[in-house]
Amino acid sequence: MAIVSVTNTSVTVNPLKQSQAIGATLAFLGLKGMLPLLHGSPGCSAFTKSPLTQHLRKAIPLSSTAMTEVSTIMGDEDKVEQAILQMVQRYQPEILGLCTTGLTETKGDDLRRLTKDIRHRYPELDNLPIVLVSTPDFKGTLQDGFAAVVESIVKEIPQNSGGCYFQQVVVLASSAFTPADIEQVKEIIAAFGLQAIAIPDLSGLLDSQWDHNYSGITGSGTTLAELQQIGHSVFTLALGESMRGAAKILEQRFNIPYEVFSELTGLGATDRFLQALADISGHNVPEKYRRQRRQLQDLMLHTHTYFGGKRVSVALEPDLLLSIVTFLQSMGVHIHTAVTTTRSPVLEKLTIPCVTIGDLEDFEQMAVGSDLLIANSYTTTISKRLNIPLYRQGIPIFDRLGHALSTKVGYQGTKQLLLDIANLFFQD
Amino acid sequence: MKINQENTSRNPHNSMPDNEDRFGMQVPSALDAHEDCAFDGAMLTLVPIIDAAHLIHGPSGCINNAWGNNSNLSSDFRLHKIRFTTDMEESDIIFGGAKKLQKAIIQLVRRYQPSAVFVYSTCVSALIGDDIHGACKDAYEQIGIPIIPVDSPGFAGRKNLGIRLAGETLIEHVIGTAEPEFTTPYDINIISEYNMAGAVSNILPLLEKLGIRVLAKITANSHYKEICYAHRAKLNVLIPSQIMLNFVKKMQHKFDIPYIEVPLYGVDDITQLLKSIATKLGSHELEEKTEKLINEEVNNLSENLNFYKLQLQDKTVIIDITDFGSWIMIESANNLGMQVIPISCRKLNQEDKNRLKQWLDRDEVVLANERLEEIIPIINENQVDLLIASDRLKSLSFQAKIPFLNINSELYAGYAGVLAAAREIYTTIYSPVWQQVRKSAPWEEIE
Repeated sequence: MAIVSVTNTSVTVNPLKQSQAIGATLAFLGLKGMLPLLHGSPGCSAFTKSPLTQHLRKAIPLSSTAMTEVSTIMGDEDKVEQAILQMVQRYQPEILGLCTTGLTETKGDDLRRLTKDIRHRYPELDNLPIVLVSTPDFKGTLQDGFAAVVESIVKEIPQNSGGCYFQQVVVLASSAFTPADIEQVKEIIAAFGLQAIAIPDLSGLLDSQWDHNYSGITGSGTTLAELQQIGHSVFTLALGESMRGAAKILEQRFNIPYEVFSELTGLGATDRFLQALADISGHNVPEKYRRQRRQLQDLMLHTHTYFGGKRVSVALEPDLLLSIVTFLQSMGVHIHTAVTTTRSPVLEKLTIPCVTIGDLEDFEQMAVGSDLLIANSYTTTISKRLNIPLYRQGIPIFDRLGHALSTKVGYQGTKQLLLDIANLFFQD
Repeated sequence: MKINQENTSRNPHNSMPDNEDRFGMQVPSALDAHEDCAFDGAMLTLVPIIDAAHLIHGPSGCINNAWGNNSNLSSDFRLHKIRFTTDMEESDIIFGGAKKLQKAIIQLVRRYQPSAVFVYSTCVSALIGDDIHGACKDAYEQIGIPIIPVDSPGFAGRKNLGIRLAGETLIEHVIGTAEPEFTTPYDINIISEYNMAGAVSNILPLLEKLGIRVLAKITANSHYKEICYAHRAKLNVLIPSQIMLNFVKKMQHKFDIPYIEVPLYGVDDITQLLKSIATKLGSHELEEKTEKLINEEVNNLSENLNFYKLQLQDKTVIIDITDFGSWIMIESANNLGMQVIPISCRKLNQEDKNRLKQWLDRDEVVLANERLEEIIPIINENQVDLLIASDRLKSLSFQAKIPFLNINSELYAGYAGVLAAAREIYTTIYSPVWQQVRKSAPWEEIE
């Protein structure tokens, strides 16, 4: 069990933390026909978009309610109303996501009441679900904003009638998973004859841009029709500890049992996941995955000498941190330093002496003497200064191509991660 | 989903039009394409001062835009690449963050020893009324290095306002606070509204050959000290900017420094720039030297450009002139004999129109609001070979399936830049990838 230490300083130097609104927007990108709207100034939406654009290399459809000095002081109810109506009329979204910012939270806007009033005045909006999320950037972090959206969706989307679909499972995937990870998970689930509804489903972001129109709404992801039948699922697979809250809501609301898989990387984690799928579906584990498992075992055998006794420093969001640390430890790596962004129940589960909630300045000081750094692209200069190689994980990654395509889940993804890291050790 | 037109055109509660606030001022709407704020503008302008620390007094959301942005020319100094923030949390909002700010300044100065600290207010810290001026003053009294408050919260206005406020901050707090070791008759400042580090680095070697010293670059890869010296320059060279025009005028008024405004768009501009500087600095010897240098450079360039001219003439290109820097591309494409169709999503001023007319023999610009429907037919009708625009319009090129080039004006200034632009246009249009990505699979062709 790790001791959680918090650095006490007035100045944060090179924050590791990303704002909640970024996480919320990322989650919105995994819903089809979604109009993401940020209640704040146009600058807020630019700052939210910027790291996501850098990271995903896609146009991010995010609009703002365009707050100004005057509307900040004199009241902004008209602004929200105008923004919603204008955007809805222009883009005809199927679902609308509305999140707040530090600016509007400091003012204390009550979006719930505001949207209720707007709905009251415009009955045309009756059929448009609005997902409200409170994402002040003076509180929480990317992972929290992402989780807040998923919770809001499973709590509020109205369900169509129908019974229980025995082949249908809900997959709640946290912000620790890349679009390719989600694709891989869906593929594994499909191989068991199950039908997965992923919330959110980012795998559409891998699709060709050629066919996408520029528009203010998302072109891929979970459809509204799918969201409206999550209540009929037989099981919830929550991927990442931050999804536990949403899984619990589904259990309370529809009586759907759930299991939280805090990571899907590594032999043990993948074994547990496939066993669960076999139990749910009643199917045996397909030969394809048995073969991948043997390959992974073989690879672990061949590469473990490069991992043994290496000291690795990790700076990641809690869910991803747990996943990477557990995997590295399973390969015989010693965790030199672990830095994270926010409090989370997973931190106590870590089998390392200490984890620090801090910034990249803390990380730089503590990482001295390690063999490898694992963190996002903001750590590049630290890696250069300390002369320690960097393996990029987390958000944003802007100085490596194709992060969205890289996967670390399942036997296949573990193999890729294993080789990537082994090669970094190998080249020294 | 259809919304009743009657309902949306007017607000049900009062009779004010959609685009005006209750004081009758025009306000942005959610549909406006712009996405920036005054804080962003101020940051963009001052962050290129590379040995100063830039401290944001606000929550973590206000930090992302300029960070990791590769337009900051790399330099040995690392301070401007480090992001300092007070990372305001809920308790700071309830109890006020000014004390924390003061502590933060002192802590960061002790640890990083910057030449100066710029302290930026944000929406949240401004909204709760944190006194950043007071905190800066108190911190200064404790540590004695320049601590400069930049009061430009995001909601104050657009990016342009932030750039102006940053300029005013420099005049008020920085310029004239120190003296250079020596001065020469050929000292100039280069002033631009964006970080033109790339562009300036293409011009600097030319100036150096002429013996002209750039005292301060405001602001491009500059040091705090050089900005303090800026008042001793003999001439301000402004890379045209409506926003910074005010700045050079104030410098003229306060420090008696004349200014010239010369664009950096293409060959003629660079030539003009060098000539104007020589004339303004008023030495016959310098003018002769300049003439010689220009001849050499221009001959050299036109030799190198010949190949690209042959390959590119008669190709048609659409250029989005909404963005600053696109003018370099217009002139480049025009010089290469390409047919240029300008598009823009803002209204042009008369000066821009005149310039377009002069270069392209056309003054009609396709005004578009980033709407595919308006631009796609133009692409199809004219059989356009290339779209040059900022990343915002990238998806448009995907939709139209034509080659796309992102505007990166920084690299295209100076004679070296003109060649670089030509090379870039050439490699983009002639990339073999375009044919392959348009091609359907053999089985699709049979179907």
